[in-house]
Parts: sequence; structure tokens; C-alpha cells
Amino acid sequence: MVYTALSTLFSHWRRHPGQLAMLVLGLALATALWSGVQAINTEARAAYADAAATLGQDRLDRLVRADGRPVPLADYIALRRAGYLVSPVISGELRAGDARLRLLGIDPLTAPPEANTPTLQGEDFNLAAFFTAPGLLLMTGATAAGPLPPDLPPIRTTESFPPGAALTDIGTAARLLGQSDPSYLLIWLDQPAHLPPLSTATNLQRVAPEQRADPAQLTESFHLNLTAFGLLAFAVGLFIVHAAIGLAFEQRRATIRTLRALGLPLRSLLTAFGLELAVLSLFAGLVGIILGYAIAAALMPGVAGTLRGLYGADLPGTLSFDPIWALAALAMTLAGAALAGAQAMGRTARMPILAPALPQAWHQASTRQMRRQAGVALALLSLSGTLALWGDSLILGFGAVACLFLGAALLLPITLSTLLRLAQRGARGPLGEWLLADTRQQLPGLSLALMALLLALSANIGVSTMVGSFRATFVGWLDQRLVAELYVTAQTEAEAARLVAYLTPRTEAVLPVVWADTTLAGRPGAVYGQADHPTFRDHWPLLAALPDAWDSLATGDGVLINEQLARFAGLSPGDSLTITPGVTLEILGIYSDYGNPEAQAIITDDLFAATFPDIAPTRFALRVAPTATAALASALRDDFGLPADAVINQTQIKRFSLEIFEQTFLITGALNLLTLGVAGFALLTGLLTLADMRLPQLAPVWALGITRARLARFELIRSLILAALTFVLALPVGLALAWMLLAVINVQAFGWRLPMQVFPADAGRLLALALLAACVAAALPALRLARISPSRLLKVFAHEA
Amino acid sequence: MKLSLCAALLCLIAGHATAQGFAGLGSDAEGFAIPQSPAIFDFPTDHGAHPAYRIEWWYLTANLTGPDGTAYGAQWTLFRSALTPNDATGWEASQLWMAHAGLTTPDTHLSAERLARGGIGQAGVTTTPFAAWIDDWSMTSTAPATADALDALSIGAIGDGFAYDLSLTASGPLIFHGQAGYSVKSAQGQASYYYSQPFYDVAGSITLPGGTIPVTGTAWLDREWSSQPLSETQDGWDWVSLQFDDGARLMGFTLRDSARAPFTAATWIDADGTTQSYPDGALRMTPHATTQVAGRAIPTTWRIALPDRALDITATALNPQSWMDVSVAYWEGPVTITGTHQGRGYLEMTGYE
Amino acid sequence: MLLQIDGLTKAYGPVAVLRGVSLTLAHGQSLALTGESGSGKSTLMHLVGALDAPDDGSIMLDGVEITGGDDAARAALRRDKIGLVFQQFNLIPSLSVAQNIAFQARLAHRHDPARDAMLAQRLGLSDLMSRYPEELSGGQQQRVAIARALAHAPALILADEPTGNLDEATGDAVLDLLLELVTSTGAALMMVTHSTRLAARLDRRLHLSRGQLAPLGSG
Repeated sequence: MVYTALSTLFSHWRRHPGQLAMLVLGLALATALWSGVQAINTEARAAYADAAATLGQDRLDRLVRADGRPVPLADYIALRRAGYLVSPVISGELRAGDARLRLLGIDPLTAPPEANTPTLQGEDFNLAAFFTAPGLLLMTGATAAGPLPPDLPPIRTTESFPPGAALTDIGTAARLLGQSDPSYLLIWLDQPAHLPPLSTATNLQRVAPEQRADPAQLTESFHLNLTAFGLLAFAVGLFIVHAAIGLAFEQRRATIRTLRALGLPLRSLLTAFGLELAVLSLFAGLVGIILGYAIAAALMPGVAGTLRGLYGADLPGTLSFDPIWALAALAMTLAGAALAGAQAMGRTARMPILAPALPQAWHQASTRQMRRQAGVALALLSLSGTLALWGDSLILGFGAVACLFLGAALLLPITLSTLLRLAQRGARGPLGEWLLADTRQQLPGLSLALMALLLALSANIGVSTMVGSFRATFVGWLDQRLVAELYVTAQTEAEAARLVAYLTPRTEAVLPVVWADTTLAGRPGAVYGQADHPTFRDHWPLLAALPDAWDSLATGDGVLINEQLARFAGLSPGDSLTITPGVTLEILGIYSDYGNPEAQAIITDDLFAATFPDIAPTRFALRVAPTATAALASALRDDFGLPADAVINQTQIKRFSLEIFEQTFLITGALNLLTLGVAGFALLTGLLTLADMRLPQLAPVWALGITRARLARFELIRSLILAALTFVLALPVGLALAWMLLAVINVQAFGWRLPMQVFPADAGRLLALALLAACVAAALPALRLARISPSRLLKVFAHEA
Repeated sequence: MKLSLCAALLCLIAGHATAQGFAGLGSDAEGFAIPQSPAIFDFPTDHGAHPAYRIEWWYLTANLTGPDGTAYGAQWTLFRSALTPNDATGWEASQLWMAHAGLTTPDTHLSAERLARGGIGQAGVTTTPFAAWIDDWSMTSTAPATADALDALSIGAIGDGFAYDLSLTASGPLIFHGQAGYSVKSAQGQASYYYSQPFYDVAGSITLPGGTIPVTGTAWLDREWSSQPLSETQDGWDWVSLQFDDGARLMGFTLRDSARAPFTAATWIDADGTTQSYPDGALRMTPHATTQVAGRAIPTTWRIALPDRALDITATALNPQSWMDVSVAYWEGPVTITGTHQGRGYLEMTGYE
Repeated sequence: MLLQIDGLTKAYGPVAVLRGVSLTLAHGQSLALTGESGSGKSTLMHLVGALDAPDDGSIMLDGVEITGGDDAARAALRRDKIGLVFQQFNLIPSLSVAQNIAFQARLAHRHDPARDAMLAQRLGLSDLMSRYPEELSGGQQQRVAIARALAHAPALILADEPTGNLDEATGDAVLDLLLELVTSTGAALMMVTHSTRLAARLDRRLHLSRGQLAPLGSG
């Protein structure tokens, strides 16, 4: 019986393959975007977990020097000789051009069991080769395939090691990095019971895993962002499915009634409906998972680039397939389809057998309902504002965004309705009046699709305003910060000395760039030594500063800190900061430092030399007359003999920085466009659903003397009006979103605040895009209307539709 | 990884991990020095490390007695294993070090292991003054400058749940095994340099979970180094060091061979230090009873006969479960001697799978 | 002669609905078209109303041949000359009663508020002018449809079962009003009905059977 019902129901799809395609495509799109985003998140989280678990770093405490410099070997030996179980690690990064490789040099003989270092055994694994020069590097096949610095020891591939990194013997790392003292010591969980506490035995600082910068934590906001986008897309996809199922229900009313009248029990009918939906969603879900995987795989390199650029987190550029992920996505599809189909099922269950088989507008949203929605919307918007202004965490920031979106969406129908009513007053002529009145009447049926469009447009405006503001600020900041014409790097201190001697007569100024990695307010960071020079005084914008900050800095009486440090540690000018044990300085000012996740402080070069006597500058910023820049650069390469990549001009750095920047927001742009596409599709399905139900509304107008072609044109215009009005509403929502992203989310997530700029050209482009989407969405229903046969219109008036 | 690495530590001798003989001791000596006969020793230098040879150890076993007469055993061993026949300093590790400590009571056996690379000071051996150490475990000479460095030693080790601190004083000379310290290990001619100090009197303390116990007793130090001590088919050995109540001592071992008859050797040491070495076949070691230890049957009672000395004894383990649960596991523990002679000693058995 | 139809044929696919229909209708006259379901009476009506084009034959309305034009010409003709009343869905749901009544007149640029008011008053709609169709009863809706059909003073009113969805009493009242107003405004009426009782109240009656006309009563 169920089979009979099912085959009867399915015959509908054979006759309406377009509708079937719409349903499947809608579900598939929803699944694809959602699961794609989830795939990326899963991959990234797995990478963070891998990275965190490397050498048991998620569980093991470390001993480090308070100033962030390497631990003297003698300190390590002293601890071992005293009986403490600690193990040395030498870590660092090898760079050559674009190629970079993080080295993790361990001592397998003393490594804690929790370190779980990859197995060193294998068929023909030569352990002696691991310990003795030239040594061995263990890395994943993907890392080995990527660009690597030259002159590396032999490579062996291993599984489950962080991308862009290699495990090696500490001796090999020491040789490659030119560092003989351990970077830090890993502390075994169990120490011999008879020993006094480790803290009494050493001056080194003990750092617990949770005190260290954790990429999973840093990137949480980014993934929350992706998830939000994914959910948005999924919701928009469900609009499509809802519309398709609703349409199918309307068109099958007669079939359903006949089946019931012929004695098919309601339960069998509902079972058949459920089965039908399950089969379709299963199929669509599978298609969606394939699509989602493809989307994720296509976006993955961009995401990896973004995360590296923003947070320094390393991700593989490729995607692995996780069956759990696929199952979760499928479950999400089924749940979504059930949600979208629930209404049609409920209506089927309630439909009396003898109900007239007339299509009815099934979204009966009355003015009262719109008012109620508006009330909820206003409450949500006030909540959003409250959260944005007074909330002080990332979650609350996203809460504010969610409330803004939901509130704006709920406010849409009544706002559109009001705008249309106002327009009606000014309308001239019967057709104009009718067009506006009819558009208004269509609102309930289209409001879901329009809400989807509103969300997509708002997100687009918000994100592009944010990215645009960021970009403009970043470019301005680069222009200000990168004033020196050339930047040169010496290989050794001796070469640096010769370089300075060579450059001094040939340049206006040779400004050393020198820094020490250290811990600032308990966070990893760097202290820079900077010469007192107009180059800096005139060009470094300070966000907040004490009077005469630059003068005080020049006399060594204070320190400038970056915005990230100020926000993280709650520091203001006038507070004091310890830059290395024993050296505490007054904070003179705060400067913006976009794109740098770490804390940073600047002191004068003299103070730097006194504080870090064993760090000599090997990098220099050169002030040269712009016309002489090229000649000096080639002279440095050809006459002085610096390698080509040791001389970089300002333009190169800017270009490189901007490339990183563009890469960073690649994924955002892609997701934006996809969401807008899905919203356009939702509008199309909404219009298609309404098209058949609208015949009773259009037929009288036609009968009274308007051609079908003209009616079709009106359909297009109506769609454009709705899109344009929605866009008008999306503008303030999008700008509010941009403000939240810049002033709330960014501050919480990255530690910097950006001035907001509005880009009318971008908005114009988006309006054009929205109208285009509306036009494309309305084109098919309009074309069908233009070609409808008069007899179909006339049927409306006849006894039986 | 740690376990597998340590298992492989001794395999380093082979340069590849297909174990040949116990812990890969049976493989060729490519690039390393080979023990030569006649053996010529130069002390105190030869008390120190010989980086040109692949493997070397400082191996001390002590039979101890508590105030209530309870018998105990203690073991302190430092192994050196060379990756290449040189002695680089810094992180370029060419010498790896491994140490084992064991403490045996009639009903418990505790063991610990430490690993280190050479060249950075975490482990090593110096000769003037003599000291061998890894982390906080050490064997340090307390002998006067005029005496042999090994005449008096202080040793200590701390493991999980146990520790000991022992002072050793030798009452006799160093003795040399085989042909004046050139000890042949197989019919094919594999050999090592091998000498001992078997005449230690011991005083000190041991620490068990129950507390610290003062102890006295005797101890035996073995020094041995080589580059290829076993032939390829020799897959384990049974070794004893025995101290008889009359003051004589006996060192004997059987190298079990999968392809041919076992290879035996023995050194009889009179109370005054006069030695007699016995060639293959003179000593007979026969398993008498086995015990299930760590999932395998291990002979913990031995019939040992040296007809030339009218010796026919039974050596019984003080604690049959004296299993050294370290990366290359083996059995090492005190034994009591009954039969034609009485006394105490140490038994070591390797290569039981 | 207001309307002159000659040899009209129309087929939908293989089904011949009208097979050579000819008739005439004078100014001020009312004509009832009766016939079985599927006899082609609605189709004839739609052709006359320029809602559809015939396969063959001629329809002269007020001396103008209406069968030759295109979609736009037919739409213009409907706008100017024809008043339509159908069984259902006559009204534009998004417009108020007043706007519905005025709609066609405004399209035809012949809007006369006084005429609208007169019609509303005659049809008893004066109090309902700001309501929307969905707020009206079936009878009220049909009265609005009649007002709308007459508001632009068409030459010909076409009514297809205008009381088909109404109960007998309401239907009679609506028909009374229709006939009275058609007569008083000087328009001609052609009405499709399956009811001989209603047909009897019109000036002439024609019976359509299998796509061909046969006179009925005093036709």
C-alpha cells in the first residue's frame, strides 16, 4: 500500500523533473556549503590537535628562560645530574625564499614517554643515521613535497606530524639552526620522589601548556566565522527545500485527495511522504557531500594561507576524507529536510478528504503576525546593540551578530510592506498601483526567500566593508611603516659590520633592525631596538601616547608597545612593562601593528644594546634618495656580494604583504559569493512556487486587457523592486555588521581595532549583483508567464480549476 | 618510541635492526677496533672509555646482607655503545650511554634504566679521578692516588621506589680473564677485553619502599669492551660470578649457540688472586629448574660443574623473579650456592624469548 | 448590429470545440447561451471576449473584425469594448473594491468617478468600497465584478456563469441587477449559463450542442 502511494507520489517528479532538480539541488547546496565548511573546520582542528600533541606539548610543562632566549646547555646538564627528568628540545625555523621548514630537534634518549615521538623503527631504518651527521628529517609526505629550504639532510616520511615541520635529532637541529643551547626543556610528568621541587633547583621558568599560545584558541574566532557562514548557507538552502516541498505539496493536492478518497490510510500516505523525502534527501545529501568536499578541497589552500597569515597556524593545504564528517553532514541534511517537510506533512495530515483541490496561498501571514514579528525583531535588535556595546567576549560579539541578523530578518516583511504601502500612495496609474499592491500581497510567500537574500546581502556588505576597511587601513599603515627604501640582511655579525661601513657613506641613514624574542606580560613576544630617527618619529602613528613620547623613548626612559599587547594585558600609556627580568619601563605610547598575532615592544637601540648585549643587528633599513635606490640595490648585490634575497626594496615588501593580505580574505570572498548564489536560488524557487499559485491573481488583470508579455515584464519589475528594497534594508544591517566585526569581533579576536570606512562603489556593485540575481531568479517564471496559453489563464475562471 | 629506541640501542652495533644474536651483539665490526691478543692494559686509562670499540660496560653486582640476615642483591651497570668509532663532543652524538640499576630482595626485584648521549656531559667516564656517571647515578673512585682507581668506589643509583648508596673496598687485585684479559667468546674467534675486580667488601645502605636498610656484603666489578663479542648464531648467554666461603671465586659463562654446541669459558680465582682460565668445554652449566618469569620459562636453578676443581654445585636464585624489565630485558640476580662448595654469587641470563 | 459572428471554429488539439458557429447580437440586446458541459459555450464566449483567437471564422464587434489582431490588439479590445464577469476569481485580490471597480476604466482611460459611485450605489456596494475581495461574500464579490464590468461603459458585457457559485436567491438578485444595469446603460449582454430557468429571463436564447448552435425558445 505504501509502495503504491510512493509510486504515485513519485510519478509527480517524473512529470516535474525541474522541481525534482530544484529540491535535490537545494538540499545538495545546503549540505554542500555546510559540510564543506565543517570539513575545513575538522581538518584545521585535527591539525591543531596534532600540532598541540606533538612531543606531548598538550600535556607537558616546559622550562624556558624568562627572557625567551635558549636555555644554557650547562643548566640542562646540571638538572640531569641533580636527578631531574627533563629533556632538551632545539626548535627553530629554516627559511630560504618562500620555502620554510620548522625544525623540532629532540633527544630521543631522554624524551618523556608522553612525547609520543613518531616511531623511529622501520624496515631498514638506520638509527645511527638519525643520530649522526648528516642526520635524518622526519616529515609528512605533503611537507616533503612542498617547497623546502636547500641543503637539508636526507628525508624520511612519517605520518601524523604537523605540516611544514620536521622532526629530527637535537644534534641535527643544532647543526642546521646553528644553535647549541636547547630552546626549552620538556619536563617529565613523573619526577623522582626524593628530589626537592624543580622550582628550587633552577632559575628557569616553568610554563604549563595552557599558558602557551595555542593555535586552536587563537583561531577559534575564524572557525566560528566559518561555521556561521556554513549555518547561514544551510538555512538559506533549507528555504529552497521548503519552497520545493511546498510547491510539490500544492501540486499534488488533487493526487493526495484522490489517494485518500480511494481508501489509502493517512498513516500510509504519511509514511510514503516520509520515505519519499528520505530517499530524496539521502540522494541529495550524497550529492551535497561530494560537492561539499569539492568546495572544501578548493578552499583549503586559501584557508591554510589565511590561518598562516593571521595566526601563524600551520595547516595542510589538502583535505583528508573523514567518514564521521560525511555521516554528520548526511544527518544534518536529513534533519534539515525533515524540518522543511514538516509543514507539508502536517498540512497533509490535516487536509480534509473533500477539500476543494484549489491552490491557495499557503503563507497566510497577516498584518498581525508581521507586527508580532516586528516586536520580536526590535527586541532582538536592542539585545544585539546591548551585546555589541557592553559585551566583552568573542562569543558575546558573535551573539550580537546573530541577534542583528535574526532581528533584521524578522523585521524585513513589515518594513517591505510599509515601504510598498508608502510607494503605493505615490503611484500613478492603475497598473503602478496594482503592481505595488500585488507586490505587497506577494510578500508573505516570498518573505523567507527575501530574508535569505537580506542575510546574504548584509553579510556581503558587512564583510566587504570590514575587509575593505582593513585593507585600506593596512595599506595606509604599510605606507607609513615601510618608509625606508631598502632593507638588507647580513649573514653574520662580521658581515653586518662590513655592511654598515660600506653603506654609511652611500646612504642618508642606516637604521638597524634588531630584536629579541622574549616574554611580555606572560605572552610570547619580541622587543625591538630602534634608532631615534625622523623615519620613525614622523611615520609611526601612535594610537595613544604620553606627551613627548618620542623624546622620552629617545632618552631610554620608556617603551612603546603594540596594540595587541595593550589590549591583551590591559595596558595604557603611563603603566609599566617588564621587557626582560630586571628591566621595567614606563609605557610611553601604543602603536598599531596589524597582522601580527604577538606582543611587541620598542625601546631605543642604546637601551636594547645594554639590555641584550649579545644580540647584534644583522638587518638594516636604509634611507636612500628614491632615485638612487635601484643603483644601491644592485651595487649591494654585485659589488658588495649580498645574495639577491638579502636586499629587499620597499615595494617588494609591500607587494608581499598585500599578497598575504589578499590570500587571507580569499575564503571570505568565496563564501560570500556562494551565499549570495544560494540566496538567489532561494528567490528563484520562491518565485517558481508562487508562479502557479499566482494565476488567480494575474488572470483577472490579463482578462481586463493586459497582455501576457506585459504581465511578465511586471513580474520582472516586481522581483527587482523587492531585491532593491531588500538591498536598501541590507545596507544598514550590513554596515552595522561591519561595525560589529571591526569594533567588537576584531578587537576580541585579534586585539586590534580598525577605523571603519564605507565603500559606496562596493555597495553599488553589490546592488547590481543583487538586481542581477533577482532578474535571473525572476526570468524563468516570467518567461513561463509570457508563454502561458490563454486557456490556462481562462481555467482560473471556470468551474473547476 | 622510547622502548623501541632502547631496544635498538644495542642494535646500533649492527647498523641495522635485524637482530643477530642477543641484542645484535653478533655482527661484524666494520670500522671499529678489534680486540687483539696479547692484551696489553694501561691503567688508569683502560678503566675509562674506549670509543674506538663498539661496546663497553662497567658492570657491578653486589651480594648484600641486612642487619637481620636478609639477603639482598644490587646491580649498577653503565653501557657505552658507539655509533661511530670516534668521540665527538657537543650534540653530534657518536657515543650513546645506557645504565641499569637493580635491587633484589627475596620477594621483590626493582629495576631502572637511564639513557644519555655522550659529548654533552650528561653521561660518561673519566679516569683521573675515576668516575662513571649518567644523570645522578654514579660510580666514583674513593681510592688514594697511589692505589688502583678501582680499589675503592662509591656507587649510587636511584630508581622508581628504590635507591642504594654503597662504599666498596677491594681486598685483592684486578684479575684478567681468558688469555691475560683477552677473552674468547666463540669457536670462530670473537673476543673481548675482559677484566674484573672480584674482591670488594661492601658497606652502605639500600632504600626500599619500606625504608632505608644498612647493608654489608661483597661485590664484583666486570669491565669488558669489544666491537664484536658474539658470533652470529650465538643468541644468548648464561653467566655467573660466584664467591665461595673459602675465599675462592669463579667466573663462568655459557654462550648458547643455535647452530652448534654451546661455548663455555671459566676463570678460577684463588683467594689470593691467582687465576686459571679454562677453555671451551671445561665448565658445565646445566639448567636444573625453571620458573615462569615475564611470560617465559627461565632456568633459575643451575647445576654447575668444573671437574678440574672438583666443583659440583647448585646455584639457586635468591628471587627467581629477578627480571630486569628494561628496554633490552634480561634476568640478573643473586644466587646461593650449595653442593661441593658454599657461597653466594650473581647469575645473568640473556636471550630467553 | 453590435456583434456579428460568422463560421467560427476552434479546436483544442484534436478536440473540435466549435464547429462553425454564426450568430448576431444587436445593441441593448441580451442573449443567453446554454448547452451541456463541453458544448463549447465558454469557448465561444472567450473568443468573443478576445481572450483567445479562433481557428477560423470572423467576429465583427461594433463593425471591427477582432479575430485578426495580435495579443496586444486583443488586450486593447478587451480593455475598451468588453466587460467581463466570470463565475469566480473576477477580482484582483490585492486591490480594494473601489480600485477593482475603477481598474479597467482607468486602463481604458475612461474613468468616471461619478459612474463608479452610481454603480456602487445601485449594486449596494457603497459601504464596501475600501474592503478587499477576500473580505467579501461570494454574492458581494460578483456584484463588484458587475460594477467593474460596467464601469468603463463597454459595448458588450460577457458573463460566464456569473451566478454559478452562488445560491439560487443570491444568484437571482445578482442577475436582476446585471440585467437592469445592462439595459439602463445601453450595453448588450451575452451570458453563458447551463440553467434554462435563468436563460428564460434574457431576450434571446441559443443552445450550443457539440460545437454547433441551435435556437432555443424565441431565439
